Amino acid sequence: MTTAPPAPRAKMRPADRVFSGSTMGAGILILVALAAVALFLIIQSIPALTADPSTLEGAPASFWAYVAPLAFGTVWAAAIALLIAFPVSIGIALFISHYAPRRIAQGLGYVIDLLAAVPSVVFGLWGIKVLAPALTPLYEWLTGNLGWLPFFAGDASATGRTVLTVAVVLAVMIIPIITALTREIFLQTPTLHQEAAVALGATRLEMIQMAVLPFGRAGIISASMLGLGRALGETMVVAMVLSPAIVINFVLTGSSNPSTIAGNIALKFPDSYGVGVNTLIATGLILFVITLVINSVARYIINRRKAFSGAN
Amino acid sequence: MTTTMKAPTTGITNTLTANRLPKWAPVAAFAASLAVVWGAMTILQATAGGEANLAVVVVVALVLFNVLLFVLSYLIEGARQARNRFVTSLVYTAFGLALLPLISLVVTVVGDGTKRFDLQYFTESMRNVVGEGGGALHAITGTLLITGLATLISVPVGLLTSIYLVEYGRGALARSITFFVDVMTGIPSIVAGLFAFAFFSLILNDPGIRFGLGGSVALSLLMIPVVVRSSEEMLKIVPNELREASYALGVPKWLTILKVVLPTSIAGITTGITLAIARVIGETAPLLLIAGFATSMNYDLFAERMMTLPVFVYTQYANPGTEVQVYLDRAWAGALTLVLIVMALNLIARLIAKIFSPKFGR
Amino acid sequence: MKLNRFGSAAIIAVAGTMLLSSCAANEDAPAASTSGAALSGTLVGAGSSAVGAAQTTWISAFQTANDGVTITYDPSGSGAGRTAFLAGGVDFAGSDRAFNDEEIATGGAVGCAPDSGIVQLPLYISPIAIIFNLDGIDSLNMSPATVAGIFAGTITTWNDPAIAAENEGVTLPSTTISPVHRSDDSGTTENFTDYLYAAAPDVWTTEADGVWPTAITGEAAQGTSGMVDAVTNAPGTIGYADASRAGALGTVSVEVNGEYVPYSAEAAAAIVDESPFIDGRPDFDLSIALDRTPDAAGTYPVVLVAYLIGCETYADSAKAELVKSYFTYMASPDGQAAAAADAGSAPISSTLFDRVTTAIAVIS
Repeated sequence: MTTAPPAPRAKMRPADRVFSGSTMGAGILILVALAAVALFLIIQSIPALTADPSTLEGAPASFWAYVAPLAFGTVWAAAIALLIAFPVSIGIALFISHYAPRRIAQGLGYVIDLLAAVPSVVFGLWGIKVLAPALTPLYEWLTGNLGWLPFFAGDASATGRTVLTVAVVLAVMIIPIITALTREIFLQTPTLHQEAAVALGATRLEMIQMAVLPFGRAGIISASMLGLGRALGETMVVAMVLSPAIVINFVLTGSSNPSTIAGNIALKFPDSYGVGVNTLIATGLILFVITLVINSVARYIINRRKAFSGAN
Repeated sequence: MTTTMKAPTTGITNTLTANRLPKWAPVAAFAASLAVVWGAMTILQATAGGEANLAVVVVVALVLFNVLLFVLSYLIEGARQARNRFVTSLVYTAFGLALLPLISLVVTVVGDGTKRFDLQYFTESMRNVVGEGGGALHAITGTLLITGLATLISVPVGLLTSIYLVEYGRGALARSITFFVDVMTGIPSIVAGLFAFAFFSLILNDPGIRFGLGGSVALSLLMIPVVVRSSEEMLKIVPNELREASYALGVPKWLTILKVVLPTSIAGITTGITLAIARVIGETAPLLLIAGFATSMNYDLFAERMMTLPVFVYTQYANPGTEVQVYLDRAWAGALTLVLIVMALNLIARLIAKIFSPKFGR
Repeated sequence: MKLNRFGSAAIIAVAGTMLLSSCAANEDAPAASTSGAALSGTLVGAGSSAVGAAQTTWISAFQTANDGVTITYDPSGSGAGRTAFLAGGVDFAGSDRAFNDEEIATGGAVGCAPDSGIVQLPLYISPIAIIFNLDGIDSLNMSPATVAGIFAGTITTWNDPAIAAENEGVTLPSTTISPVHRSDDSGTTENFTDYLYAAAPDVWTTEADGVWPTAITGEAAQGTSGMVDAVTNAPGTIGYADASRAGALGTVSVEVNGEYVPYSAEAAAAIVDESPFIDGRPDFDLSIALDRTPDAAGTYPVVLVAYLIGCETYADSAKAELVKSYFTYMASPDGQAAAAADAGSAPISSTLFDRVTTAIAVIS
């Protein structure tokens, strides 16, 4: 290792200092806010973690036995939602950026953004009143004909309020989030890259594979993480639509579905008191940890394939 | 044998037009598969009974269409074109698929929302209203004030942070901010509300605190990560050449960011901000906890309970009186109002983006 | 970007000012009170969402009569309401159950004067209807054991002999019964399971709780509205909800002493009169131990009683006066009739009214 001459440093003007300082201050503010939330969650959780488990709802063996089905349900519902939303969103984003006639493309993007404008209460109402009844015949068909699959075992739910219905609503909620971001990124793909690919005789699909997707990979993952975060933390839709039970199962069409942490808090919080409140907040802490773990994994994946950035 | 005899008439085949399916092929393939499936279904129903289901017919026809087109294209145009056609139809299908819930939602919200979408709805509150009548002016005001303040908090903080992450941040601090912003996206909205309530009741020493500012803070917690993440991605894809060109002209870094980087990415950033607003404007759970429930007007963010539209919609749905339909109509009208507010914001943001983004490229 | 940020802020600001300049058309500035009793001030309550609709009615009537008064009631849930009341966050609470002995023993509420007791008044009585969705059937007769069997999952089809035996002449379909329960923690569930446990202890073996027992699975829906939606949208379902929301759905007449009683306001009020007050409480604490297996005829034992909770002595005497007159109004025949009309509750009987009036008198 030879000692390289120090890189020439740009002159720092006072305005530069103020600007960079304020950007850093904003970053630190976020960290402080998050630390405060974490601290609040931990302090409020302690009574639940130390309490006699028999005083908890349903008298589970321990706090962990109480939270395990909820944690499972949270990840399960969010994973199905992402599984549905991800391909659809990428498809829509590509449609708007590369397939639709350019004149109407922006209008179409606006139409999809409309979905993001629908408040979660309305999604909940729509899930109860429109989607769940509409999906019930499908569930009956699935349990009748594909009942040998563990996903469709047992009797179909009569009301259609299954984890799959919730996942579909969640998917519809996160599609605009993923679409909006990936669309903007696809649109920013350097035109020269795309033209080069096409000039070499690539079909539109090959051009997208070679120029657009590699350019947007980090952005796609970020957008999906944002969508997943929304799906993990969504409260009202799960509370309103799901028919929950404290169980761990993989059945998509039954009436006993694993509840999610956020949904469970919304259902139980209004009428709980004393240690019950602490228990619910402790489950919130667990959700926090789950998000932390999932994001670490995603970060790890992104960093393995070094992100393209114009700024590095 | 005959082909080898015919081919060399020109010597060169036009690769741009030869071996291509005619333009009408996809349309014809779709029509054919639709007809086949429809016919098959009708025969099936005639034998097995049951009622015709349009959705099933369309779905099966779509699958058949894709197979048909892929095979045709594979035989005539080759594997690469076949794949291309296949993905193209998948992309179109994805878009169509997304339109289904959208149309269903729009029909429901507009259909049910217009029943009470009248002047009275926008000029009256719910004070002393039982049963019919009343309006949501108090809730609309509350939503605009609380979300507006949340935007005022979140956008500067979020945008500055993303600038820090993309333009300045190196090392452990930047890494931890990136990571924890991701974690922040997973805060359940109700926990944000609980936190805001605990925080303000502690520092203001008021165990029953309910006020608009708390709602704004809770919403900011949910909004900031969305702003940071979306702006960060948008800033990242600004080409480095633009920055370097600016530096080469002797422009200071902060001015480069303000005058070159941000305008270039403004369309994406505004999209992100609009998304963030849309994300929080419909939040119910945290506002129920910290902004509270009220039937009267309140313009003061710093004192007293403040009604918001999502809470209004939710309580109208959840706790109706004996005339349920009246309450439901108010709820749907509230939902429609909320959607219209976000649409208006979205339009304005797009307009602004259009005015201020540099005119080049597409 | 700055313009964008300011732009959207400006829009909001403009919209805000537009709204600011015009007050709600139905909210006049409080004119000089014309009535003799010039009450003024603000009261804040929170708690049971079951009482939400009734509170809306009571508040609007009370505010109309007293221009200077503003009352707000957060339908944030019974538990949240009781907690907020103890912490001094609200002036009165609405709760689907009264404070129990343990909670009373831990000490009074912060907003009350030291050593003050807690006034608990059963001012909201609502029958819980057992609702079902079967084509062409409006009413079924069921004994407590049958109801418990259906909800516990031991009776699984509509034409089960147990149901058929009690409903001669009714053509019952052979479809599966889908019992629906509340997915949230609620006073309705607590009262319903309390009824099942008391009236059919052989079939229903879990104690009353606001949360549905985890061992018994089935469909679940959030809140009364969610329950009604679930039962309305799915044939073959059965559930339980505030009677005011039963609407066009079929309802169950439950067997009491060999007689099938449909739900009604009178039958619900009658069961409250039949039930004893909990022992060892002061005169102003009218907590009722509901009798789910009454001897009297014409009583409907599946009821929810919600309490309005206040202090015996408030730290602030102005508050006390407001609470006192507001409680008096709620308990009055006028108030009870208004709630019955707009929220579907059962008016309290005149015997209970006398007790309540005595209890309210102690508030100071």
